[in-house]
Amino acid sequence: MGKKFSLGRLAFIGTPYFWLLIFFLFPFFIVFKISLSDLAVAQPPYVPNFDFSEGWNGLLLFFSQLDIENYTFLFEDSLYYKSYLSSLQIALLSTLLTLLIGFPIAYAMSKAPKRFQALLLMLIILPFWTSFLIRVYAWIGILKPEGFLNQALLWLGIIDKPLIILNTNIAVYIGIVYSYLPFMVLPLYASLERIDMSLIEAARDLGCSALKAFWVVTLPLAVPGIIAGCFLVFIPAIGEFVIPDVLGGSETLMIGKTLWTEFFNNRDWPVASAVAVILLLLLLIPILWFQKFQEKQMEAGT
Amino acid sequence: MTTAAKSYDSVSSEFSPWTDSNATPLIQFQNVTKRYGDFVAIDNLSLDIYEREFFALLGPSGCGKTTMMRLLAGFEGLTEGRILLGGKDISHIPPNQRPVNMMFQSYALFPHMNVEQNIGFGLKQEGKSKAEIKDRVEELIQLVQLQQFTKRKPEQLSGGQRQRVALARSLAKKPKLLLLDEPLGALDKKLREQTQFELMNLQEQLGMTFMIVTHDQEEAMTVASRIAVMSKGELVQVDTPAQIYEAPKSRYVADFIGNVNFIGATVDSIAINKDAQEIEATLSNNTLVNATTTEITEIKQGDSIWLSLRPEKIAVDKAEPEGDRNKLKGTVIDIGYVGNVSTYHVQIAEDVIVKAQRVNRNRLRNRQITWDDEVWLHWNEDAALALDK
Ligand SMILES: Nc1ncnc2c1ncn2[C@@H]1O[C@H](COP(=O)(O)OP(=O)(O)OP(=O)(O)O)[C@@H](O)[C@H]1O
Ligand SMILES: [Mg+2]
Repeated sequence: MGKKFSLGRLAFIGTPYFWLLIFFLFPFFIVFKISLSDLAVAQPPYVPNFDFSEGWNGLLLFFSQLDIENYTFLFEDSLYYKSYLSSLQIALLSTLLTLLIGFPIAYAMSKAPKRFQALLLMLIILPFWTSFLIRVYAWIGILKPEGFLNQALLWLGIIDKPLIILNTNIAVYIGIVYSYLPFMVLPLYASLERIDMSLIEAARDLGCSALKAFWVVTLPLAVPGIIAGCFLVFIPAIGEFVIPDVLGGSETLMIGKTLWTEFFNNRDWPVASAVAVILLLLLLIPILWFQKFQEKQMEAGT
Repeated sequence: MTTAAKSYDSVSSEFSPWTDSNATPLIQFQNVTKRYGDFVAIDNLSLDIYEREFFALLGPSGCGKTTMMRLLAGFEGLTEGRILLGGKDISHIPPNQRPVNMMFQSYALFPHMNVEQNIGFGLKQEGKSKAEIKDRVEELIQLVQLQQFTKRKPEQLSGGQRQRVALARSLAKKPKLLLLDEPLGALDKKLREQTQFELMNLQEQLGMTFMIVTHDQEEAMTVASRIAVMSKGELVQVDTPAQIYEAPKSRYVADFIGNVNFIGATVDSIAINKDAQEIEATLSNNTLVNATTTEITEIKQGDSIWLSLRPEKIAVDKAEPEGDRNKLKGTVIDIGYVGNVSTYHVQIAEDVIVKAQRVNRNRLRNRQITWDDEVWLHWNEDAALALDK
């Protein structure tokens, strides 16, 4: 085992970390740095900027100008924490709704004859072939007061005047649930499809009704899929910008929208970056909790 | 005993409800057919199994053993016929309402539960109290010797340990009928024999009825009250282990259980002795042989038949035996040594090799017969069975 071996090993182990570094950590540090900077009428619109020509002194000067006043500002203005809370609420509720709608779909898919499953899977992925933006815009046509939905309900006689859905939070929920449903269904299907039928039979054999067997065997074994699906919906939903912007109303408060306004309307990059960093930290909480949960599961085994 | 027609059961216990015409079977398969699409897995099969039986299913892979168990457990609906349990048609009763438990060939242990939880699962569903479950689970863990592993998940167990968990889980509810699909295959010989013994004990103590699938014929012979030999979804023969071994009704059954030689012969004369035939026949090298059948068959004078001879019933000697019948001369071409016995492969004609077994009374190096020796094979006149060709 010479040097060659350890070099190859290093490359093998190092590559993913390298990608992580350049595609995740490095951009994050740029954002983090901007969040500690001050707004300026300049190009780029913040100071300080690191100047290589100044050498050591330049570096010291650079660091002395960084501060956390953008973060303290976030706590002073109620707009921000209201946006965070409202985003959290919308993301949580739509994740729950997606789970409730996605689970039966995934379950039915896993129970469908094997030869149809690939087709069903295709159908779930099919919407991705059209632009996300177009699909969200299409909902305007469905939800607006004179849209398809209202016309259909009027025609059926269920309502006698159009429902106001567009430009409310309800439209945002509909948009998020619709857009992220595949991200819920796919991991759920993957975990349900893996469950050995003989486990259900064993449960039935030992005295469970069909419903009870689902409850004590199928559901617990689907937990990894449920968690994965919820994360895949919750994390992008909390920072969602397009859906609240297109379907939501003026009272719809979401952090993604706030961030966008900060960035493009106010051109306040440092505050926008601080908003993004806090959002990232907020998302770390459920991820860390999930890791803990997994560890616990591993420990429970031994 | 001069005739093979007699029952070979004199050694085993008195338990034989299948001979009692008044006994009511616990399980009745009545013309049961199971099809998967066009494929016939169980073909118009009728069978009675009695309470307290230890019933073994034997047959090659894919012959329908597991399917029969799945029909009994209720996981599979039958295409035609009826299955009765205690006289009641159970065809439409769901699995959780049948007094039947099954040990799965694939074990089907719940991966999210530890050993204790797996074993106690059925009791919990019954609504037994915590203390009661704990006691019973402990008892079963003792039985299958998994004391150190109670908190482990199935994935952290070896194959044999998993098998034992599956066995314990299926025993937990003390069902009326227990279906064991290859229950001991992954265990080492010692543990397997011990568990076989335990199973027989349990069955006797609890008065349960067992149905077992096994590929190990020795196991079937040891534990079973009766053995059913299956082929392509049909029962070929259902009999006691001794009958199956000593009086197989077809070449298929004789060949399936134990080692056997088939030698072609032509029938010279037939005499009827009670309910069997005694046959005198000639081999292709003009040797005269005796053979018996186990029942009155359609074999006639002039027919070609198979002479079925178990290796342990053939003696190997260097000196020519007395008499002019039931003996053959040949050359030793191979010797299979398994410790207690040796199997001699003796070539008696260009394309006929006969296996004969000898208990190794002498140590290996003192063996009198060795490769390329000319030897005589001979057997008693009731040793050979005549089977239709
Ligand atoms: N769900 C099914 N669909 C189609 N064919 C099936 C199905 N289940 C079983 N079969 C077929 O029925 C036949 C009997 O299967 P079974 O599982 O009963 O065999 P077995 O006797 O238990 O074999 P082994 O000793 O290998 O376990 C096999 O040929 C199998 O391919
Ligand atoms: Mg099988």
